[in-house]
Amino acid sequence: MQAQITLSVDGEQRSLTIDTRTTLLDALRERLGVTSPKKGCDHGQCGACTVLLDGRRANTCLALAVAHDGARITTAAGLEDGDNLHPLQQAFIDHDGFQCGYCTPGQICSAVGMLDEFEAGHPSHVTQDPTGPQQLDDDEIRERMSGNLCRCGAYANIVAAIRAVAP
Amino acid sequence: MTEPLRPRAIGTSLARLDGRAKVTGTAIYAFEQPLERATYLHPVQATIARGRVTAVDTATAEALDGVVAVLTHVNAPRLASTDDAELAVLQSDEVAFRGQFVGAVIADTPEVARHAASLMGVSYDEQPYDVQLRADRDDLYAPEVVNPSFPTDTDDGDVDAALESAALTVDQTYSTAMQHNNPMEPHTTVAIWNDDGLTLYDSTQGVHAVRTTVAPVFGLDPERVRVIAPHVGGGFGSKGMPHAHVVLAGLAAQVTSGRPVKLALTRQQMFSLVGYRTPTIQRVRLGADSDGHLAAIAHDVVEQTSKIKEFAEQTAVSTRTMYASPNRRTSHRLAALDVPVPSWMRAPGECPGMFGPEVAMDELAVACGIDPIELRVRNEPATDPESGLPYSSRNLVGCLREGARRFGWDRRDPTPAARRDGGWLVGTGVASSTYPAYRQPGSVANIRSGPDGRFTVRIGAADIGTGTWTTLTQIAADALDVPVEAVDLQIGDSALPMATVAGGSSGISNWGSTIVGVARAFRDKYGPDPADGSETEGETPDNPASERFAMHAFGAQFAEVRVHADTGEIRVPRQLGVFAVGRIINPRTARSQFIGGMTMGLSMALHEHSVMDPSSGHVVNHDFAEYHIATNADVGDIDAVWLDEHDPHLNPMGSKGIGEIGIVGAAAAIANAAYHATGTRVRDLPITADRFLP
Repeated sequence: MQAQITLSVDGEQRSLTIDTRTTLLDALRERLGVTSPKKGCDHGQCGACTVLLDGRRANTCLALAVAHDGARITTAAGLEDGDNLHPLQQAFIDHDGFQCGYCTPGQICSAVGMLDEFEAGHPSHVTQDPTGPQQLDDDEIRERMSGNLCRCGAYANIVAAIRAVAP
Repeated sequence: MTEPLRPRAIGTSLARLDGRAKVTGTAIYAFEQPLERATYLHPVQATIARGRVTAVDTATAEALDGVVAVLTHVNAPRLASTDDAELAVLQSDEVAFRGQFVGAVIADTPEVARHAASLMGVSYDEQPYDVQLRADRDDLYAPEVVNPSFPTDTDDGDVDAALESAALTVDQTYSTAMQHNNPMEPHTTVAIWNDDGLTLYDSTQGVHAVRTTVAPVFGLDPERVRVIAPHVGGGFGSKGMPHAHVVLAGLAAQVTSGRPVKLALTRQQMFSLVGYRTPTIQRVRLGADSDGHLAAIAHDVVEQTSKIKEFAEQTAVSTRTMYASPNRRTSHRLAALDVPVPSWMRAPGECPGMFGPEVAMDELAVACGIDPIELRVRNEPATDPESGLPYSSRNLVGCLREGARRFGWDRRDPTPAARRDGGWLVGTGVASSTYPAYRQPGSVANIRSGPDGRFTVRIGAADIGTGTWTTLTQIAADALDVPVEAVDLQIGDSALPMATVAGGSSGISNWGSTIVGVARAFRDKYGPDPADGSETEGETPDNPASERFAMHAFGAQFAEVRVHADTGEIRVPRQLGVFAVGRIINPRTARSQFIGGMTMGLSMALHEHSVMDPSSGHVVNHDFAEYHIATNADVGDIDAVWLDEHDPHLNPMGSKGIGEIGIVGAAAAIANAAYHATGTRVRDLPITADRFLP
């Protein structure tokens, strides 16, 4: 079955006809040529496909494209402000928060979404007092970033990069 | 002694030159090549562990709209060579392991390919199979050599007599689990077969290795195979040699009339098809006098291979060179099983092989009442026990001492199970680390001068996340005596000059030595001000010093472990690695390599275990939900530092490889710390909570 949808991808309106079985990730990568989000597991277990979907971090491999007609999607490629990298992107370079780079766009989108969640007062599993004032310490960053796997083992540098940018 | 290079760019923390492309996601990996009219390939895998395919019902799949072709062993194009049984894809009806390719669908879209593959009805004549590794099997055999070409067994002195008369002995059996490499980028091949030959956009650690291996399989002249891999999403050994999927993609590309065929294995498929680390069972015997001086070391290893192709992990090889002992014996025995072919995984040999002995050394330290660092220092050899050669440099003791200072080892009370913090038992542990400093011949580099003082440096090397784009540029800049900005490096394409595979922690040594040699020849010929278009090409120079010295990197791994007294939950709040690895090319990327290896070592220690189900011949936990790798929340305060080691015998850069040593010894340090925390000695990996429950 086919369906017509329109997506806003990194600020650009893109219309396409898709097989209704198509995931948002495959729609982006295989149909629109937007390959910043990566496919690492296709099962929502690794986070490499993370984008900001209507402002929130989401695994695009777990989303069917047809269910997101009209959605606003920001990938890591769309985080740049003109020629200027997003501060988190620059921090990932400065702190060497990656090696092979395959999980990196997902890590960075996830970090952007995570910082917004923290700002909005969302607690995490390690938050001691969910009702009190929160501190984004290393344990909080580690916990909140644990949906994004990195086989190169750059976690310590990812935490350092996020810490450098976090409020 | 090789003429050393004067370091200027070398030793600086240059940020990754591919950094911007990677943080924006615009670096192009194999599956992402923009290609017109691409097709998608979805494999069909055997659901039995051994037997024959008796029939494949392809009609329903073929009738589906959008299916381009269906392949089975009946209709697949014939290969020119089936000598390598792993690569003899769809050439017969035989099934040698569960998950083997028995068919494939090529379609216009990934959805149709996957659906059609699910409609293929495969019938089998199933035969008995055997997938269980045990040390007491009666069919274990000694391979001719172990990977890549080490003797299978060694026996020096009289181990039995020395053990008999030793004041103290340790005799224990240790085991490491079957593990899968699991790079984040799946194994991917995009194949195009047309009048020019075969083009492969491949996720590989060596474009030339792929070309050299697959050209004869397809009966093509190597010049008609081109392999392209500018960016690779990790490999850790599993992308070091082409596996069956590369051949499957090449077969499929022969039936699509020139349309590109895109194949990315699913994460689940990767557990059957792209290699893994064999499980190991290691009996370690140590004999020592009451002061801890070793009189005997014996390391006897049982591990597995597949029936169709032998891979013999060199698990006991590091024991041959690690400690001084007049009597030493090592052996490797294999069980050939109906399982997928094991292969390289980060530090094959050293990684599992330093687990048993380094835990045994901790047990000996306890038995002697000697500090485990002091025990290792007392057994430091003056020359390589195996070859008798002097070491080009060996700073294990320096690493242990510096690590002890940084880690606060002098405050350690050796008593096990004596520290409690709330509900947590706390302990610390140490283990040694080592990895050979390999250097292989056979790479070629080409240097050409351009306008404005720029230079193009071409070599078919690979960057699998290791930092090659950056570090080879630094080496080339120093070799040409120009700033890094003046160097345009080209790697990752078999159209470039031949380069060795990114494996064995040898890439930078091989490729860097080659570039330095060619740069020197270039300057000798053209001087400081070469005309535009001046060009020199040359091969890796010989290093006569490799005959005169034993060349290894060394390190010391420290860990703090907390085990919950009630639940057995195990946490590793602190890891420190200290390494002696010659000159560091780039401190920023080097530290990442070390802590990355140590993180994978933590993962090996606590999580990784591919569970082979004897009733199905299948790794049942074949995804990231059930095959756990370390996540961000598993890693605590982790750091790596290095000694200022100068070794003039290795290569002109003075560097040793660093891609693998970070994982070696990490799991043993954690196991030793867990013992110190709890008094419970865990000898089998992974270390899970149930081991600590009463």
